[in-house]
Amino acid sequence: MALNSKVPKGPIKDKWTDYKNHIDLVNPANKRNIDIIVVGTGLAGGSACATLAELGYNVKAFAYQDSPRRAHSIAAQGGINAAKNYQGDGDSTYRLFYDTVKGGDYRSREANVYRLAEVSANIIDQCVAQGVPFARDYGGLLDNRSFGGVLVSRTFYAKGQTGQQLLLGAYSAMNRQIARGKIEMFNRHEMLDVVKVDGKARGIIARNLITGEIERHSAHAVVIASGGYGNVYFLSTNAMGSNATAAWKIHKKGAYFANPCYTQIHPTCIPRSGDYQSKLTLMSESLRNDGRIWVPKNMDDVKAIREGRKKPTDLSEDERDYYLERRYPAFGNLVPRDVASRAAKERCDAGYGVNATGEAVYLDFKSAIERYGREQAKIHGIDNPSEAKIYELGQAIVEEKYGNLFQMYEKIVDQNPYKTPMMIYPATHYTMGGVWVDYNLMTTVDGLYCIGEANFSDHGANRLGASALMQGLADGYFVLPYTIGDYLSGDIRTGKIPTDTKEFDEAENEVKSRIDFFINNKGEHSVDYYHKKLGKIMWEKCGMSRNEKGLKEAMSEIKELREDFWKNVTVPGNADEMNPELEKAGRVADFLELGELFAKDALERNESCGGHFREESVELDGEQKGEAKRNDKDFAFVSAWEYKGEPADAVLHKEELEFNDIELKQRSYK
Amino acid sequence: MNLTLKVWRQKDESSKGRMVDYKVTDISEHMSFLEMMDVLNEQLINTGEEPVAFDHDCREGICGMCSMYINGEAHGPDRGVTTCQLHMRMFKDGDTITIEPFRAAAFPVIKDLVVDRSSFERIQQAGGYISVNTSGNTQDANAIPISKHAADEAMDAATCIGCGACVATCKNSSAMLFVGAKVSQYALLPQGQVEAADRVKNMVAQMDLEGFGNCTNTGACEIECPKGISLENIARMNRELMKATFK
Repeated sequence: MALNSKVPKGPIKDKWTDYKNHIDLVNPANKRNIDIIVVGTGLAGGSACATLAELGYNVKAFAYQDSPRRAHSIAAQGGINAAKNYQGDGDSTYRLFYDTVKGGDYRSREANVYRLAEVSANIIDQCVAQGVPFARDYGGLLDNRSFGGVLVSRTFYAKGQTGQQLLLGAYSAMNRQIARGKIEMFNRHEMLDVVKVDGKARGIIARNLITGEIERHSAHAVVIASGGYGNVYFLSTNAMGSNATAAWKIHKKGAYFANPCYTQIHPTCIPRSGDYQSKLTLMSESLRNDGRIWVPKNMDDVKAIREGRKKPTDLSEDERDYYLERRYPAFGNLVPRDVASRAAKERCDAGYGVNATGEAVYLDFKSAIERYGREQAKIHGIDNPSEAKIYELGQAIVEEKYGNLFQMYEKIVDQNPYKTPMMIYPATHYTMGGVWVDYNLMTTVDGLYCIGEANFSDHGANRLGASALMQGLADGYFVLPYTIGDYLSGDIRTGKIPTDTKEFDEAENEVKSRIDFFINNKGEHSVDYYHKKLGKIMWEKCGMSRNEKGLKEAMSEIKELREDFWKNVTVPGNADEMNPELEKAGRVADFLELGELFAKDALERNESCGGHFREESVELDGEQKGEAKRNDKDFAFVSAWEYKGEPADAVLHKEELEFNDIELKQRSYK
Repeated sequence: MNLTLKVWRQKDESSKGRMVDYKVTDISEHMSFLEMMDVLNEQLINTGEEPVAFDHDCREGICGMCSMYINGEAHGPDRGVTTCQLHMRMFKDGDTITIEPFRAAAFPVIKDLVVDRSSFERIQQAGGYISVNTSGNTQDANAIPISKHAADEAMDAATCIGCGACVATCKNSSAMLFVGAKVSQYALLPQGQVEAADRVKNMVAQMDLEGFGNCTNTGACEIECPKGISLENIARMNRELMKATFK
């Protein structure tokens, strides 16, 4: 099947408006007769549920947690971008569009990104109307801060808990619709398959995670909003339950999977401390506004620090290598995530890592605390303040900005980051790859949509900070509610979709036989045993830097591991009860397939782009010597994989990317 | 370190539960409490036993899912943390640790340490929102100026993660800290004023209906709250309710 992105014709700034003016609408009386299933109720799914219900559709929403409020969007810390230009620093729709396309290393779809930038301002208006307590300045107006990869202040925030507040906003809008009966909420349910009737998505098979009951649910359209697949690495910043199952199951039923090898490595994570570790914790990127990143200049100091003979605070300015400021003077510590991550890895690989494992660099707030302290002393009219006073005043400001993050760090690491620099290291965070969708956010299956992190379209090969929340809410509140109406206008006479059909029978039987297998297999290894092994292969061979040999090895090792899993996995307990191990088994089975496709996609893409450093593709000379080398001639496309059984047999389809409004050029943050 | 765990095991809501003893060895002080539970579960699976079911997800203190009652305290002995942020450095080699589910009539046990907190959902659905049309046709955000102080205070109330520690720790199983926080967030903001009276009446009525107890100003909830939600919010809710009743 040829890929058709369905991007509307016309100038980029008019595309979305023209599109909205010409789509078919469903009249309000008919919306009452149409059902929509939404799987996942984080920022994208939750906002979609709320708006679709508001419009009058009957929404059935599914979440694996006990409440939509627990979706992992809640953990996003830093903020949400919007081209409001409240600061008057030159921001505009075009500039947000430009930064996003450039930040994504020119691997996203231009028209989608422009639309995202266009609706971004509305998101803020709507969230404020819902009662989201964004930070305010003393005049009562909204405050902004800056994030990596951009030169303007366009990030709106609510302390270090922006994701939480935005999610609670969407959740409250959902609650209003649940109370009105327009959303039927299925908490503690997991979608295990999609049901297609005559080529169209018409329902899902779900498991009630409390009783184990397998349920059939029908609808006129199905929306997947199940988030990313970062847990394919086992250790990631994702919540433990974050999984790829919904996205992977629809892939197996005909939805192409795009750019699986694009995963964001976030530069500011708390480093790993041991083999028992279950997940990684992120420190918001906003910390880089005030924190300076460094490692010692001299190897002797590195050694002394590792052996505990010296403390980081013992090192003078001269003895520190502020490598981001040195290499990228224009952006300094605010370079984009991929650049910051690669630079940290480069220093650690060269032996300058500052903790026991050699996998940590410092994020230091000393200069910020002093700078703020002096400023405050002036404001308070304190002449000749002592160093201690300056520190006290400065610390109060830093605490106001990042208090919860500092507290979190201290609880985990048992060190006070106001007194000694934080240690950070890159970790897997967000996945830019995902289910392929067209401009309407529809997958390659009719009536099957995919939104938020679960789709691929907006972030290219790297996501800029504060853009995930923006895309989730843009898709859910503003884009999908229009595009899905155009499709559903053909369904106003269809009537209820019955669930007692052979299509539902088949899907249910498939789901049940898989569960039966797990319960009855009684092998010798736990699910986590396999997940950890997979994660190790992924991190070592499909991590921040990759090469042909490693990727080929990864493919065969994952295949072997998968075969062993299906022979030797053990799942205790029964199918007809709450059984967290059974849930995990199904998810890891999917990761074991996705991981191989990930490696295959990375192997195909013989270029360095975004956070993905392909060792065979590097700049050999000039100003950019040693930096990642993108190859637009051969790789300016989206890879969309068609399922054919074994992941190794997946068939590649290419969507060539067109850049008409932005000139493709080398990214430089020098 | 080596520890003895006394863990509540209960097959499902209708079964009778009991405490069971387990030993765990080689626990690192850097582990989180939930990572220690992972070690226990891996051990149980390897010996053919059923692992202990417990709720958890983000493991960074924000989703509000984890809910253990450890040595008689919600989220254990540390302050200002959820169970996933509780670290084993709070315990000593040889300790015996008692682990139970949150106990409250309005939080029935589903299995082992997992409880049903959907009563919180229904309270929110009774009015914990601002009735704005989610169509995107709202006024410009800066057309609603809000003083920094009010925004910060609303934010402090909105920080609640809905974990239920306040209920679990209260001798009356009262949910007033949770409900007070939600009522306060909206009461402090201009957007929430229009339906403020109905909101507080409906939320409080639902809270009573769910079987939560009353507040007797003991203050344990504030002490155990991982997010430091203040008792002030309960006072504010009471004031709001009073205002609404006499309106």
